[in-house]
Amino acid sequence: MASEYVLEMRGITKIFGPVVANEDVNFKVRRGEVHALVGENGAGKSTLMKILFGIYQPDAGEICLNGKRAVIKSPSDAIGLNIGMVHQHFMLVPSFTVAQNMILGVEPRKGITLDLAEAEERIRELSGVCGFTIDPEARIRDCPVGVQQRVEIMKALYRGADLLILDEPTSVLTPDEAEELFEIMRTLTHQGKTIIFITHKLREVMKTAQHVTVLRKGKTVTTLPIDETCEQDLALQMVGRKVELYSGKDEVKPGEEIVKADGLRAMDKYGRWCLKDIGFTVRAGEILGIAGVAGNGQDELVDVFMGLKKLSKGRIEIDGRDVTGKTSDVIRSLGVGYIPEDRYERSMIRDASVAENMLLGFERDERFNGFGLKTDAIKKWADKLIHEFDVQPPLLDVPAGSLSGGNAQRAVMAREFALSKRVIIACQPSHGLDIGSIDFVHKQLLDRRRKGYAIILISSDLEEMLYLADTIAVMYKGELISSFPNRDVDEKRMGLLMAGVRDAEPEEEAR
Amino acid sequence: MAGAFNLSLVVAAIRLTTPILLAALGGLFTQQANVLNIALEGMMLSGAFAAVAISYFTHSWVLAILASMFVGLIMAWILGAFVVRFKALNVIAGMAVNLFASGFTAFLLRTFWVNKSEMTQGLVGIPDVSIPGLSNVPVLGELLSGYSLLVYVSILLIFIAQFVLYKTRLGLRIRAVGEAPQAAASLGVNPDRIRFISILISGVLCGLAGAHLSLGALCMFTENMTAGRGFMAMAVIFFGDAVPYKVAIGAFLFGLAEAISMRLQSVGLPSHFIIMIPYVFTVVSLIVVSINKMKAQVSKPSES
Repeated sequence: MASEYVLEMRGITKIFGPVVANEDVNFKVRRGEVHALVGENGAGKSTLMKILFGIYQPDAGEICLNGKRAVIKSPSDAIGLNIGMVHQHFMLVPSFTVAQNMILGVEPRKGITLDLAEAEERIRELSGVCGFTIDPEARIRDCPVGVQQRVEIMKALYRGADLLILDEPTSVLTPDEAEELFEIMRTLTHQGKTIIFITHKLREVMKTAQHVTVLRKGKTVTTLPIDETCEQDLALQMVGRKVELYSGKDEVKPGEEIVKADGLRAMDKYGRWCLKDIGFTVRAGEILGIAGVAGNGQDELVDVFMGLKKLSKGRIEIDGRDVTGKTSDVIRSLGVGYIPEDRYERSMIRDASVAENMLLGFERDERFNGFGLKTDAIKKWADKLIHEFDVQPPLLDVPAGSLSGGNAQRAVMAREFALSKRVIIACQPSHGLDIGSIDFVHKQLLDRRRKGYAIILISSDLEEMLYLADTIAVMYKGELISSFPNRDVDEKRMGLLMAGVRDAEPEEEAR
Repeated sequence: MAGAFNLSLVVAAIRLTTPILLAALGGLFTQQANVLNIALEGMMLSGAFAAVAISYFTHSWVLAILASMFVGLIMAWILGAFVVRFKALNVIAGMAVNLFASGFTAFLLRTFWVNKSEMTQGLVGIPDVSIPGLSNVPVLGELLSGYSLLVYVSILLIFIAQFVLYKTRLGLRIRAVGEAPQAAASLGVNPDRIRFISILISGVLCGLAGAHLSLGALCMFTENMTAGRGFMAMAVIFFGDAVPYKVAIGAFLFGLAEAISMRLQSVGLPSHFIIMIPYVFTVVSLIVVSINKMKAQVSKPSES
């Protein structure tokens, strides 16, 4: 054997403008192991892997595969060197079949026609290696997320991958599906494949990996065998300081019903029901958590709630007013604050200044708009907001796109909280934030709860859900399959519900 | 009036279908690759001019056809360079090609050639093909035999396009790039290359469409003789979801509308209204297709 290590990355440095994404990173992976790569968002995990897969070129450092120096200029080079990557966002063509997706780019041919029979034969062969089977003729858009992920894994193997990079593979899976994935990972490593497992869920690391490398702020902190560390230790290494999350919350007595939704039905662009008879109520001082694996209709629910998507049927009331079919403008003017999942797609204008972004939604307010915009008033107002929410740097004239994820989120929250009178809808509010910002977001939401706001929280993060929500409803395939007070639930039961296993016991609350 | 609708109307419709069909078969490749291509009109017009010019100077219809395809290819290459290489907006670049084709053909015609708005003299047209043994059969003979060569070629091309799109590597890649370019790129398929190729295909077929227009159907060139057929081809592509056989059906309906319009002119109805028929048909059919697509989305409660 040429080297004990399949992969050695030495002294990798990558700089994007003023940001040093990777600085002198060293990363070694042994043959046939699962090697976890952990770190907070922005720690440089993705950059490192994109360098390995040829998407970025390093500014310094070298990569050795099986002891030999390798130059990887493009994903094609990486594939040629038997590296496979399963991206967090799947790279599949939805209307194609499994087999067509599998062969794209390396199509087997008979004369000038595609040889799909050959492809299907190889898929069956690979099924044995992977320990799972896939119907080669199924259409991707009809496959559940878990199956799509398997297609992605098999796609990499089809191209001869020996070294597999899995980028946050469990973020789209139910707990049960994640278990199955771990099983597949074990099978693959027994076959001599090597897996780099990117995640920030430390429990999964402890469960699956043999070694773990921790990145923090673009640098390698440490590489450890798994039996020489523990979750707490890793958390400390990742963050670099102690943080207290989930520090407890006050009891708040819920008041009157503020949001009422009844029999909501809507369709996706393929004409399938994505919302099926959804009904819920949210009271003042209550956080309703809508849990579920991403893609089970949560996005659509938010869209119909905010007037961004048409309802086929159903009725939504806010503060006793029927807002069914109203535009988002009307709904927002009733004082509904909306914190979207993707801050730049929905809530902010990247190229506009922070001050201008703070005006969005208030642009018809007489305080800020008479004959033209009142620049001074706007600046004063924006300045007050960003100081209240501690947006860093506290500058008004920089483009919003220059803020980091956590600070952009603070800015969005500052504005939406100012706009909202009684209702807040927050989607994955801590997604992509560092631990300090997550804590801040949670405290703000709980503060509004204390002040009697009705809050809808949509999150696929179980811990966050169990911490914040008063009532939890689980969404599965467009239905709210169960809803219960927070105290009646544990992670295991939540996991089952998220996988679509309905409660044996009757629903506790018939509201 | 009743005499206007008979077998010869269908025959006329088939003749009039061909240029739209050829352009649409080309354009559906760009549509499948998700490249908005509004330059079909200009590429077609350039092809029509090239065919007439080469036919005049060489007296060879074969060379004329090859020239029309080559010029279509050049126009497509220019469009591709702007759209794919330099990332110009499709609509602007396409508009530029259309305006350039319209102006440049007229310029060449008037300045260097006949100093008139049309060219009719000394041209060798593309021959008609009469199918042996069939041309004398009463109804079938009239319906199937005796068309210009490119009519048969266009029908053959329906099947070829269907085959290329769904049975070959190129087709798979074009469709993948059209639907999920990032997925294709992640597998080492270069989306820009595929887009460029699809534009080139559309250029060649539009050139052919032009050759049929100037040397197959008529045997003359007049300024802007495509008269919006490139845009009708675009409508046909939307009408048929960019699937070759559906596009062919759509193209025939447009050909029929044009044939009816011409027939009614000879019946003596006011011509200004009659000439509008194909264009009105374009607008109406697009409205109908759009409404149907929306309905299909709203009223199909299939579970999956």
